[in-house]
Amino acid sequence: MKKYNFVHAGLLLLPTMLLLAAFTHMPTLKTVWRSFFSIRTNVTGEFTPSNYQFLFEDDVLWQVLSNSFWYMTITVPASIIIALTMAIWVNARLSGRSLLRLAYFTPTVLPMISVANIWLFFYSPEIGLFNSVMGWFGHDGYNWLGDPQTALGSIMLMTVWKEAGFFMIFYLAALQGIRPDLYQAARLEGAGNLTVLWRITLPLLMPTTLFVLVNAVLNAFKMVDHLFILTKGGPNNASNLLLYYIYENAFSFFDTAYAAALTVLLLIILVFLAFIQFGVLERRIHYR
Amino acid sequence: MLHLAKKGLIAGLLAASMTTVAYAKTELTMYYPVSVGGPLTKVVDSMIDEFEQKNPDIDVTAIYAGNYNDARIKALAALQSGQPAQLSVMFSIDVHELMGLDAIIPFDDVVSTEEDKKWLNSFYPALMENGKVGGKTYGVPFQRSTIVMYYNKDLFKKAGLDPEKAPQTWDELVSMGKKLTKDGQWGAMIPSTGYPYWMFGALTKQNGEVLMNQAGNETYFDKEGVVEALDYWKSLGSQHKIMPQGTIEWGTLRQNFLEQKTAIMWHSTGNLTAVKKNATFDFGVAMLPKKKEFGSPTGGGNFYLFKKSSAEERKASLKLVKFMTSPEQAAKWSISTGYMGVSPASYQTPELKQYVADFPPAAVARDQLDYATAEFSTHQSGRVRKLLDDAIQSVLTGQQTAKEALGAAQKQASSILKRYKK
Repeated sequence: MKKYNFVHAGLLLLPTMLLLAAFTHMPTLKTVWRSFFSIRTNVTGEFTPSNYQFLFEDDVLWQVLSNSFWYMTITVPASIIIALTMAIWVNARLSGRSLLRLAYFTPTVLPMISVANIWLFFYSPEIGLFNSVMGWFGHDGYNWLGDPQTALGSIMLMTVWKEAGFFMIFYLAALQGIRPDLYQAARLEGAGNLTVLWRITLPLLMPTTLFVLVNAVLNAFKMVDHLFILTKGGPNNASNLLLYYIYENAFSFFDTAYAAALTVLLLIILVFLAFIQFGVLERRIHYR
Repeated sequence: MLHLAKKGLIAGLLAASMTTVAYAKTELTMYYPVSVGGPLTKVVDSMIDEFEQKNPDIDVTAIYAGNYNDARIKALAALQSGQPAQLSVMFSIDVHELMGLDAIIPFDDVVSTEEDKKWLNSFYPALMENGKVGGKTYGVPFQRSTIVMYYNKDLFKKAGLDPEKAPQTWDELVSMGKKLTKDGQWGAMIPSTGYPYWMFGALTKQNGEVLMNQAGNETYFDKEGVVEALDYWKSLGSQHKIMPQGTIEWGTLRQNFLEQKTAIMWHSTGNLTAVKKNATFDFGVAMLPKKKEFGSPTGGGNFYLFKKSSAEERKASLKLVKFMTSPEQAAKWSISTGYMGVSPASYQTPELKQYVADFPPAAVARDQLDYATAEFSTHQSGRVRKLLDDAIQSVLTGQQTAKEALGAAQKQASSILKRYKK
């Protein structure tokens, strides 16, 4: 009977296993394998750690890593907080709230590339929206994407705008799942708005927050579409992010071996972040 | 007798129809990029249609593949995954890289007749510089450009300048630029994203220097004249204040010019027709100004033949390339885009002759060819080019001095190119 169960379970798992193996595990292993060869020259086809040595010598990589770090550290909390605020706001009983929800969700629906093309003109120093608005207040404005001081920040702003609406939907769904009698009980006890938020709403939203957090962190490393349009990682790598740098190495420089090594690095970072999220945070979360 | 003739006729017809059935169509797939605005894909499609009508035995699928980078990536990815592609229009400067990947063959291997050889020698020599390596021709010019200076004649008049006289020297660009700069309007803009190395190639040539050798294994970033050129570019923004500081976006520059936010822009001649159609003011086109000499790099796309193709397909590809670069088609292409006619003969066609007579700016890019140099291209082009791009941007944004940035770039470029030297 036990044996039968095992076979049965195996058969049920097989389709997923096959798909995962073919499209996730095999390519991952192949990437790791390839990262140890210098393919680009066709001369030194031997097993070598040189790509990994180059990781440490590559100045651009360190800048890219620091960019990616700040990009994640700022956009993830910012979009989560804004998403939560918007969700609580549109969850309240107010007129026209479905219109409001739609408005917040719109950025998510739009394709990234077209959005980036629109924002390119928003940011444009002479004819752009932002500088025109600042012009009304007598400010000269900035060269948003052309100045290393502001380029990465401009990219972040657009990311938050794009992400917040998406996460709001999850919070909204979770808020509507919280039982109203909890709130009624709290009111009876004479709890204030802040206490209700702190003691009831936020703890009960924690599972959603974890889910959103995982997605936000992954997205912070996955989203590169806008870089192609907005800055191409410039000026002087000021807005270059890890995935875009991998793309550059693989397809602009045809250095697939080094790109593979960079991919392994990205993988390690993501595994590390996943470990923190699921290993540490999850234990502190209250599931109903 | 009549009966016999009839029989013969029928037999002949039958035979003819049989051969057409037996004669399979040669199918070609070609990728091509578009890097400037305007409905250029329609122009290519109409040219391909005309070719297919004239050559019913050849079937061409022309695939628009984004900008130059995308086109190269898509074409190479298609080849690697086993999808057919026999020829493509790709960046003229990709030649070393494509050869390194063993993806292309020289046209010399495919041309056979005297007429073909004559055709291969019919182009402007300056346009062949990027396509020739080791005495063989790997790239045939198609959508080729130089950088030209577009200027707003109305703004020139308003500033009290002669609208028929564009700045001819670096000093004039500064002095006129100062007159043209006022609140909400800049004197000049030179784009520094997308293709900064290209604009820089013009400035260095004007200062009497080149950026690399023909073999593509040596760069000259830290030469005094090159550093000077970058200092000059930087000074337009930081010192003379006739250009915005920081980098200037390639993609939105034309809009800036059309909305009269800048009186002068340096841009590809491939924008000419789009500017002509959309400008609400009187504009002129002039050669870029000089320091020691006039100069601009050529730019744009060449036809390449891929190695992975049958003899039959190569013959058909050659036919297509010959058609697309023939004087008549080159003239049509030039008129509808602004890219230059690739051969002297194209400017002798009645259409282009008439067009140039009516619209003299169309000839500026061609006239500038006398002073043109090859576009920056080396082995490991992508990586080396990025070193230069980053150096330029770091100087324009005030992070480093020209000497520091170019010195560092030169050092890194030398170490990359070391192994391509014999």
